[in-house]
Amino acid sequence: MSTSVTNILLVGVGGQGILLASEILSEAFMLAGHDVKKSEIHGMSQRGGSVVSHVRFGTEVFSPVVPEGEGDILFGFELLETYRALPLLRPGATVVANDDRILPPAVLLGQAEYPKGLADKIRQKFPDLLLVDGQGMALSAGDVRAANTVLLGAVSKRLMIAEEIWQQALEKMVPRKALEINLKAFQSGRSL
Amino acid sequence: MKEILSGNEAIARGAFEAGCLVASAYPGTPSTEILEQVTQYREINASWAPNEKVALEVAIGACFGGARALACMKHVGVNVAADPLFTASYTGVKAGLVLVAADDPEMHSSQNEQDSRNYARFAKVPMLEPADSRECKEFTKLAFELSEQFDTPVMLRSCTRISHGKSVVELGERVTGLPLPQLVKDAPKLVMLPGNARVRHPLVEKRTVKLSLYGDTAAINRIELRSDEIGVICAGVTYQYVREALPEASVLKLGMVWPLPDNLIQEFAAKVKQLFVIEELDSFIEEQVKAMGIAARGKDLISRCGELSPGRIRAAFAKASLIAAQQHDTTTLEPVPPRPPNMCPGCPHRGVFYQLNRANAYVTGDIGCYTLGFMPPLNAMDTCVCMGASISNASGIVRALPAEEQQRVVAVIGDSTFLHTGVNSLMEMAWNKAPATVIILDNRITAMTGRQENPASGHTLDGQTASEVNIPELCRVLGIKHVRVLDPYDLDATRQVLDEEMHRPEPSVIITNRPCCLIKGPGRFEKGTILEVDQGRCTGCKACLRIGCPAIEWKPNPDVNKGKAFIDPQLCTGCSVCQQLCKFSAIGGKQ
Repeated sequence: MSTSVTNILLVGVGGQGILLASEILSEAFMLAGHDVKKSEIHGMSQRGGSVVSHVRFGTEVFSPVVPEGEGDILFGFELLETYRALPLLRPGATVVANDDRILPPAVLLGQAEYPKGLADKIRQKFPDLLLVDGQGMALSAGDVRAANTVLLGAVSKRLMIAEEIWQQALEKMVPRKALEINLKAFQSGRSL
Repeated sequence: MKEILSGNEAIARGAFEAGCLVASAYPGTPSTEILEQVTQYREINASWAPNEKVALEVAIGACFGGARALACMKHVGVNVAADPLFTASYTGVKAGLVLVAADDPEMHSSQNEQDSRNYARFAKVPMLEPADSRECKEFTKLAFELSEQFDTPVMLRSCTRISHGKSVVELGERVTGLPLPQLVKDAPKLVMLPGNARVRHPLVEKRTVKLSLYGDTAAINRIELRSDEIGVICAGVTYQYVREALPEASVLKLGMVWPLPDNLIQEFAAKVKQLFVIEELDSFIEEQVKAMGIAARGKDLISRCGELSPGRIRAAFAKASLIAAQQHDTTTLEPVPPRPPNMCPGCPHRGVFYQLNRANAYVTGDIGCYTLGFMPPLNAMDTCVCMGASISNASGIVRALPAEEQQRVVAVIGDSTFLHTGVNSLMEMAWNKAPATVIILDNRITAMTGRQENPASGHTLDGQTASEVNIPELCRVLGIKHVRVLDPYDLDATRQVLDEEMHRPEPSVIITNRPCCLIKGPGRFEKGTILEVDQGRCTGCKACLRIGCPAIEWKPNPDVNKGKAFIDPQLCTGCSVCQQLCKFSAIGGKQ
């Protein structure tokens, strides 16, 4: 495959704002002059199920789906889903994970345990792990719902894209009334 | 101007730029967003239809009136629309007519993974298959032009990865100067009686030959010469996977997958040492290539099941020693709990399935969010075939059973699915006196596909108020004598009504009347009092867990080998179903 393509995976649970984050990422890559492709699944899986969004950018991108084992950056909105997505990554990939737990049905029903020590298990396989208190930092920025933007800020630091392009992408994709808080949340994530 | 568009957005944009005037569809993943995106273009009259057959007939009607028209549906929707499709192939068009069929390889949100390309050959209409959003827009425009040039409906095949994939698209202007719609009598072409149809059929066969010749030189079918060792014929999203998996291979990329360009295929085959056909699902192209007497490999390497990917193609070629195997350090995981989809907290279907399970009902199911009633702990669905099948399956199954077993049979169907194809089934059930019970879960919306309006929801696609089908009255006029309306949040009433109607040796219908908790606004869903568990009163009996509500969490206490239930106040909608299950009055309004 073309080595000039960067593969990003965004994973979490339906309803966490994953689609908006992947839209903002894609917009920023396009504004920076890259070819971009993005793919995800809508419909039944979104009813509280696992969600995976693929974003790829580079000089020329073919497949809209990141080939298994070739993910460069994993952007995890929830710990168990972050762990579940590790086989999609290449060795040495970067992981930015929200330190948040959403219990799957079997755990809610008391039939299974939410796995313990997930952050350590992730770090063992992928030492380049940044664990982010997305909710806490979003709350400081003014709205807990901006946790996805905090994470986006943290991921943005690891991508060679100018700050003003991120600003433009946020201005285009985020509803006006939520923009100020989201810009603040983005900056706090970027400072990590 | 450049924009990042999904395939569905790009198809909508293509229809706009092509001067399309009328669009109709029934929602279905992955096709739903096409029509939702069309509504931003006020020049196009866009509306939901009750089902795909109606949607295609609306589009055919508009086309007979001289307007470029679009119909969109998911792959299984084409089964419903097949009747008008096959005859519209004979009539041809009075203005461009395009049918979008969105396939779902891997069945991310479908009950089968049928390959729509077979419909193009079966109905003898051309089919285009775009490989990204840019082609979605360009091929949609071309489809309208080809439709008029060759006097045929044109199918455009998408798939989940194309419809829901996004890529960069250059926007264009809407065409102008198209002929104005008008009524023109043309019975020999448009009245498909045997005498007229016998004249049309040979024209259809000639049209296919002409289209194949067109394909030989059309820009959308192109040869990309690289190494002459391996040549691959492919189309659609598979082209992208092939380019990534086999970057050195020469490629014949087909933009038109029916009819195939015979001469171009011969030309390509002569240029490469080994020819392969790589395609998702059926061996549609491969069989035709082989029938032309050309040696090719395909399905001996690559499965007919599921989605392809660059990795699957690479692995298949490596296994056949056609390319070098790649060493992969695969990350292995400890087993972790799965996260399947679940009904939302406060979903009005939950209590009904709980009581169906308790009543030992045999539930014939249908297509919608409520199909999730199959999942544990509700475990209350026994069959699910296709839109509308719940009622007719129930009607059929009772005929085979003794009276005491007949009582257990309950069909469950949503409002939108009932209006899609359930009405005919209920007519049959009433007419033939099948003694089953039907529950219409009326949540006033088409929920699973993302909350689209339907003929009973009181609004049109563009949000205007509209007539509302009165579902209880409709059931009565179909001949059902026993129609009950029920509050599904009332567990005792649900149990009692179920008990009475299941025991009734006649057809009966129960209609639940709570709206989907995702539809907000006046007269729609409103939250109740948010509930909490009194930890002093909770005995840890787990009765409240039996409904599988995502807002209720079991917190084990290993010291006493027991635990207690907690309610997440952020998720609770106050539906009160769990409160009614608690025998110890431990669940109440949050203080």
